[in-house]
Amino acid sequence: MSWQPGAATEHLRARADLLTQIRQFFSARSVLEVETPLLASAGVTDPSIEPIIADCGSEARYLQTSPEYAMKRLLAGGAPDIYQICKAFRAHEVGHRHNPEYTLLEWYRLDLDHYALLREVAELICSVTAVDGWQSWPYRTLLQHVLNIDPMTASYADLNAVAQHHCGEIPGDLDRDGLLDVLMSHVIEPAIADWGLVFVVDYPVSQAALARKVISADVIVGARFEAYLGGVELANGYWEASDAGDLRERFEADNKLRRQRGLVRRPIDERLLSAMEAGMPDCAGVALGVDRLLACRLGRSDIRPLLAFDWSRS
Amino acid sequence: MANYSTNEFKAGLKVLLDGDPCSILENEYVKPGKGQAFNRVRLRNLKSNRVWERTFRSGESLEGADVMDISMEYLYTDGEFWYFMEPNTFEQHQADEAAVGDTRKWLKEQDVCEVTLFNGTPLAVGAANFVELVITETDPGLKGDTAQGGTKPATLTTGAVVRVPLFISTGEIIRIDTRTGEYVSRGGKG
Repeated sequence: MSWQPGAATEHLRARADLLTQIRQFFSARSVLEVETPLLASAGVTDPSIEPIIADCGSEARYLQTSPEYAMKRLLAGGAPDIYQICKAFRAHEVGHRHNPEYTLLEWYRLDLDHYALLREVAELICSVTAVDGWQSWPYRTLLQHVLNIDPMTASYADLNAVAQHHCGEIPGDLDRDGLLDVLMSHVIEPAIADWGLVFVVDYPVSQAALARKVISADVIVGARFEAYLGGVELANGYWEASDAGDLRERFEADNKLRRQRGLVRRPIDERLLSAMEAGMPDCAGVALGVDRLLACRLGRSDIRPLLAFDWSRS
Repeated sequence: MANYSTNEFKAGLKVLLDGDPCSILENEYVKPGKGQAFNRVRLRNLKSNRVWERTFRSGESLEGADVMDISMEYLYTDGEFWYFMEPNTFEQHQADEAAVGDTRKWLKEQDVCEVTLFNGTPLAVGAANFVELVITETDPGLKGDTAQGGTKPATLTTGAVVRVPLFISTGEIIRIDTRTGEYVSRGGKG
C-alpha cells in the first residue's frame, strides 16, 4: 500500500490550468457557475448506472451520478444559463477510462437545441486541446458506414450476427440495445479513433435517455449527441425532454428493465417531476468528463495517472 | 471455490470458463456513453494453452479455479504416465500425456519442474529453463571444425533431437535452453 500521489506535479498543474480555462470559457459567455448537493434523497433510474449510497444515519442518500436533476430544478426555478464542475460517483466503474469518483462538467443553455449546443461543446474542446476541427455523424449513418447495417431497421438476428462476427464471444442474452452497445464499444469507438473530434447525433429512441424525441430523416430519434475524441467518449448531451408525464413513463420503463435484469428498483425523483410540472424552459444540456478531457489534452489514454489519488489509492 | 465478479478480474486470476481452468491475461472495462457496461477479457485456457477473448456483462461472475503451481521432482515414466513427487510431503502425482505435452523432451529423473495442479491433478508440466542431458547418438565430431560454427543433429536420452556444434560427440552431457530447444554449452561434470 502506498501513500504517495499517483499524479505528477505537472499533471496537477495541467488540471488546474484546464479548470481555469473552462471557467474563463463560460465566464466569457455569461454562463453562471452553480453548486448543487452531492447527496440527494433520490437518484437515477437508469438501468446502466449504479449509484453509491451513503449512510446518513437516519436515512440513506444517493451520491449524485451527475448533477442533472438538481440543475434542471434550478432552471425550472428561473436560473439563467448555468454550468457546474463537480464530482460525480458511479459504483463499479473502474478502468483506464473510468474511476468510481470522477470530475464532471455539466452545463445548460436556454433556447438551444442539441445541434446548437454541440457546436459550443466543439468550441470548448477546440479551445483547450490541439483539436481544430470536428465532424458530426448521425448514429444511423455512422453504423451504416462502419458496419454496413442499418441500426434502425435491421432485424435482431442480423444485428446479432454482425455483433458475433465483430466482437467474438459475447453474452448470449443481450437485447437489441445491448448488441448495439457492444458494437459501439468494441467496433465503432476503435473505428473512429483516428477521426479526430466526432459527434454522434440522433440516437435510436430506445437510447434517448432524457433527450426529447424528434423526427429526423423520417424516423423518430432521441435528440441526443455524444462527443468522441480519439475514440474516447467525452460528452453526452440532450435537447432536453421536459414533459413530466413523459419523463415519469421513462423512469418507470427504466425500473421495468431493471427488474428484468435482476436489479433493484430505484425511487423516482418526485422533486424533479414536480419541477417539470411547474415548467422547465426549453434548453439543451451536456455532461463532459473532465478527467478524460485532461487525458486528451495531454495525449494520454489512461486517466488514472492524472488523478491525484485514483480508486486504488484513495 | 469462491466466485469472482468482473470487477475483481485481474491478470493471473484463475477461473473456470466452460468447465476449463483459465488464467486471466487482461481485463478491460468498456461502456458506451449511456449504455450497458462490458468487460472485454483475454484469458489463457490452461488445458489447451489457447488464448480466448470473451466479453462479459459487467458484474457477471465466474467460479474460481483450484489451480496451483508446485515445484516437484520428476521420478520416472511407465510409458503411460509420468510420475512426480512433492519434495516436502513426498506425495506423488501422475501426469498423463496431455499434461506433460512437449515438456517430456526435457524431463530427466530427479530434475525439479513446475507442475500445475487443477483440482489436485496435474494439468501441465513446465521444465526448468535449462536442463542437462546426455547425447545418445550423433555423427562423429570433425577435428578442426570448432571455429566454423556448423551444427549437426544429436539425439538425447529423452528422445529429443537438438542441433549441436560439430565438435560435440556421443556420450557427452550438454546444457539446453528448454524455452527455445537450443544447445547452450557443454554440460556439468558428468
